[in-house]
Amino acid sequence: MRDVAVVGFAQSANVRRETDRNEVEILIPVIQELRKTTGVQNDEVDFVCSGSSDYLAGSSFAFVAGLDAVGAWPPVCESHVEMDGAWALYEAWVKIQMGYADVALVYGFGKPSMGDLPLTMALQLDPYTVMPLWPDAVSVAALQARVGLDAGIYGEREMAERAVRDRANAKANPCAQVKGDFTVEGILADPFLANPLRKHDCAPISDGASAMIIAAGDRARQIQDRPAWIRGFEHICEPMDLGVRDLTSSRSTAIAAEKAGVRSDKVDVAELSAPFTHQEILVERALGLGDATDVNPSGGALAGNPIMAVGLARIGEAARRVWDGSADRAVAHATSGPCLQQNLVCLLEGN
Amino acid sequence: MSENEGTDPIEVLRTPIQLDYDYTAGVSASRFLRAVAKGKLLGQKCPVDGRVYFPSRGSCPQHGVPFEDGATVELPDKGTLVTYSIVRVPSENIPLELPYITVQVLLDGADTVLMHVLDAGLDDVRMGMRVQAKWKPESEWTTSMTNIEYFVPIDEPDADYETYKEHI
Repeated sequence: MRDVAVVGFAQSANVRRETDRNEVEILIPVIQELRKTTGVQNDEVDFVCSGSSDYLAGSSFAFVAGLDAVGAWPPVCESHVEMDGAWALYEAWVKIQMGYADVALVYGFGKPSMGDLPLTMALQLDPYTVMPLWPDAVSVAALQARVGLDAGIYGEREMAERAVRDRANAKANPCAQVKGDFTVEGILADPFLANPLRKHDCAPISDGASAMIIAAGDRARQIQDRPAWIRGFEHICEPMDLGVRDLTSSRSTAIAAEKAGVRSDKVDVAELSAPFTHQEILVERALGLGDATDVNPSGGALAGNPIMAVGLARIGEAARRVWDGSADRAVAHATSGPCLQQNLVCLLEGN
Repeated sequence: MSENEGTDPIEVLRTPIQLDYDYTAGVSASRFLRAVAKGKLLGQKCPVDGRVYFPSRGSCPQHGVPFEDGATVELPDKGTLVTYSIVRVPSENIPLELPYITVQVLLDGADTVLMHVLDAGLDDVRMGMRVQAKWKPESEWTTSMTNIEYFVPIDEPDADYETYKEHI
């Protein structure tokens, strides 16, 4: 395996609605910041990969316009995934592992405020028997939360504690959308949004973009004093049909964590992309995180959820903790599909 | 024995999909469209090589650098027809009478082409032809490129191939 590290990261502020800028215009300053902070210009980038969804933009091939923010002359070696940018990063990492590239630029962007996100997400369900019912994403997550509560896997109090923690942590994150001091009692007194989920159990809907530079070996050391080396990188998918899955645990996260080697040593920092409090509990457990781990110092997805950019942002936030020396070993998580259907685990180390 | 035996197989399942979007044109395209509503055509100049993009957009797609506010260039509604196609097949969303001519026009001073239709005889249309926009009456102008109804040939000598060959 080649030594490959995260060496640069930038993101936009997560906001409920970008009123004036389109997706490309949100992305442009993020790419500019990334170039400025890393010093990596286009001619040094061997591979470009992006993650976004045409369903969010409401037009086909909308992702092509994203390249306007990057520049495509001389012609660039480029790819796109209809997934979170974390999966675009995975493709770029594979490209570098195969020896086709040494430096890659990865970005993710989404502007869900243009449509109805919970309904748009219904389109990823089984198209014959489930999708025609148009179950919105919050209701589908609520079904999963109910299964776990009834099975005694977690309690409503434990769920509320995740919201309190993440939003308090987010106060230190200038890009976070929902932050502040909340209390478990206060949250539990709120009405249900979709029983048993309250508003605070759900990630906000956020417009935003994130971008990253990864590089191999000595090139990584030139760009970043203390590169965040990718020591484990796996993603595992569960079946689409909710009825055949165990919704009370995140088996795919556990398998990915095992393959990535997460449990072989202590984890200083974990950045999780679970968009609902009960899912955050399931992911924490699947990763085997204990008290020694600082979970979601950025606030995680519950504090800002720019869909298609949020998972990549978790990896970037984890990498920042490695760069500044506050973590030797950090884990980042990204998810895709309903009820944690597909999960990605990225293990970063300072040494 | 299957409970489906003796019944017709289900061959088609209709699952209508409708999602509504509140489209954002963006800062740059909004500036362009607001200018079109006043009968002005705006391009933007790349700060790296000076090429003028029409319509204006947020960044140079070649160099990936943002266009600064001062980089806006007003272009004339005259230009050179760089290529064309005679359309003889109807299309649901195009209400024009067949056959008609679609053209790519390089506005004078621009480096990217504009796609539109040309009102001319099928035998007269040719590459290099000089053309100009035929605008709708000003009272009908909106934030749309349909303010230009079509292009028409003008009485100027054809442009030399060398002047537009890079833009075909």
